[in-house]
Amino acid sequence: MPEPRAETLTINMGPQHPATHGVLRLVLELEGEVIVGARPIIGYLHTGFEKEMENRTYHQNIVFPARIEYLATFSEEMAYVLAVEKLLGITPPPRAQVARIILAELSRIASHLVFLGSSAIDVNVTSGFMYCLQDREEVLDIFETVSGQRMMHGYYRIGGLHCDLPDGFEARVRRLTEGLAARIDEYDALLTDNLIWRKRLEGVAVLTPQTALAYGCTGPVLRGSGVNYDVRKAFPYSGYEQFEFDVPLGSNGDAFDRYLVRMEEMRQSRRIILQALDRLPGGPVCLDDRKIALPPRSELVRGMEAVIHHFKLVSEGMHPPVGEVYAAVESPRGEKGYYLVSDGSNRPSRVRVRAATFNNLQALPAMVFKGSVADVVVAIASIDVVLGDVDR
Amino acid sequence: MRTGPADTARAVAEVERGVLTTTVDRMVAWARRGSVWPASFGLACCAIEMMCTAAARFDLARFGSEIFRASPRQADLMIVSGRVSQKMAPVLRHIYDQMLEPKWVIAMGDCASCGGVFNNYALVQGVDKVVPVDVYVAGCPPRPEALMHGFIMLQEKIATGGRR
Amino acid sequence: MTDTTALVGLLRKRLPDLDLEVAEFRGEVTVMVPAGRAFEALSALREVPMWLPALTDLTAVDRHPAEPRFEVVYLLTGYEPPVRLRVKARLQGETPVIGSVTTLWPGANWLEREVYDLFGIRFVGHPDLARILMPDDWEGHPLRKDYSLTEEPVQFAGHTPKVPGRIIPKSPPRR
Repeated sequence: MPEPRAETLTINMGPQHPATHGVLRLVLELEGEVIVGARPIIGYLHTGFEKEMENRTYHQNIVFPARIEYLATFSEEMAYVLAVEKLLGITPPPRAQVARIILAELSRIASHLVFLGSSAIDVNVTSGFMYCLQDREEVLDIFETVSGQRMMHGYYRIGGLHCDLPDGFEARVRRLTEGLAARIDEYDALLTDNLIWRKRLEGVAVLTPQTALAYGCTGPVLRGSGVNYDVRKAFPYSGYEQFEFDVPLGSNGDAFDRYLVRMEEMRQSRRIILQALDRLPGGPVCLDDRKIALPPRSELVRGMEAVIHHFKLVSEGMHPPVGEVYAAVESPRGEKGYYLVSDGSNRPSRVRVRAATFNNLQALPAMVFKGSVADVVVAIASIDVVLGDVDR
Repeated sequence: MRTGPADTARAVAEVERGVLTTTVDRMVAWARRGSVWPASFGLACCAIEMMCTAAARFDLARFGSEIFRASPRQADLMIVSGRVSQKMAPVLRHIYDQMLEPKWVIAMGDCASCGGVFNNYALVQGVDKVVPVDVYVAGCPPRPEALMHGFIMLQEKIATGGRR
Repeated sequence: MTDTTALVGLLRKRLPDLDLEVAEFRGEVTVMVPAGRAFEALSALREVPMWLPALTDLTAVDRHPAEPRFEVVYLLTGYEPPVRLRVKARLQGETPVIGSVTTLWPGANWLEREVYDLFGIRFVGHPDLARILMPDDWEGHPLRKDYSLTEEPVQFAGHTPKVPGRIIPKSPPRR
């Protein structure tokens, strides 16, 4: 005879809740203190990016990716630009490729700092939040000198970069990486051996490797469970195969392991940045193909031909061949991919954004099952959810 | 102890030096403008800049508004930080209705002000179709300084009772 | 199993009566299978030893006004060795139907709900096929080509209102 079930209590969490990192809504089913069911409800930030991008030319679309995932802006732009470049069958010049790697890794550091700060504030380490955002400001300062914008850069172009890196970029990034190493050690000292931090994170929101694979999780959520998959290693892009770095793996698959993985990733990003600075080649930063890339401003004042090319690209755009491609990058949250279908016209016929957190968030009910409500907050923070990415 | 007329005159002068006469309205407005409590309510990209505004470098606390309240019932300012989808609009209105009077709204960023770069089926083209807006802050996303400028404008509006 | 050619060969061997169309573009291999047997082909691929792919992505493409109109796209990624394979199935008509793969990959749950929400493709055998991104009472499926973007005209100072999406018109492919 089945045991009589205790009555369950259904509670609603969100979409306006300080710990959901945006507009995530959760319907939790409780048996006393214990969660027996969780149902995430998403879509509160659905922006219609995919449809919007189908109605713009390839060049116009460069502005959208950074607004999809607004914490890792440069990796996001890179994913879109790589997809279009794959569709066209072109490779940007080496200087552009290395510059993209530096900026993407800086983005990763900035994003992980927000993860660290916001999960610290979720566990009530308010000072940690202040420290992390202060460090992120320094990364954003570099972004601002590079692109003129703190967040929505629009700096990458199909076939390269909008303009060369600014003077003093290298020295500035070096100074940042120096300070950063000490700061990361400081956070380590502040949190990793902190008794309260460990009690709140260890053994909480456990995700087995089997479940992680079944739900298609990627990024630190997957690697925290010990599965070795990093797009930078598995399907290298933009020259990542020439860099030495390690892929940190967790073993228990809990929130604490995911935290450790991200901490180590920041150190590895720093390592990649230093290598990239050493071998930053000279030369142009954008392809010279006038059917794809805009002519530089200096040419516009000198020749009629450049003006015509410029006019054609801006008023009509380019026509890539018919076909379909998928290009992915390892964003701070996992595999971020763009699937483009071209029908040969000046607009993509379909743009599909493969969002890492969409899949990662699906594993949330499995993570919080048989946990307590307070642990849901830790679980959401450990997924590092960005709702713009989930809902698109 | 007896007090003479000279003492009374001195006392009156003393009191007059320490007292400011004003209207109740102005005093209340002065108090309100210095302690605007925003609802902790982030939507999209602008929410990150809103966090930065509250954090160490920009330090919104200088203007008396560092306390972000998790419950709308304790807040009197709603910063609509980001794009509002058709699905979110009723929720946003609900949160606004839960806030106690007097309450103010800042539309932070282009999306909240007018739809921004997005113009499609999913988004409300400007949050002023759902709730009344006091200050619009332009930018995609606005820099923290821009948000603070919007804040100061709102404080001026509160201090003058909404009159210009 | 180390490359896509071997995978396609294996699929041919497992399901000899299956009508396969293999296409390659920029180094990416796409296998087109009949919609009725997509589930069979995908479950055969899922069990390939030494590959054991994860479902990285599941989406759809609308080829309106061409017929068959819809394509359901499955992107499979094996992590070790890293090999990607795209499987597609074509679907006809206004109310297309295909089998759900949630039993193979639980992660397909939300992805199929999203495709149902935005394209109106029904997945038979899905445990809870409800809208996911749009409000529950929404009408229509926004990513279909015959669903308009519903842009509002924008007023520029001194000019007549314009619809932003039409400022640069769509131009046909080049010969």
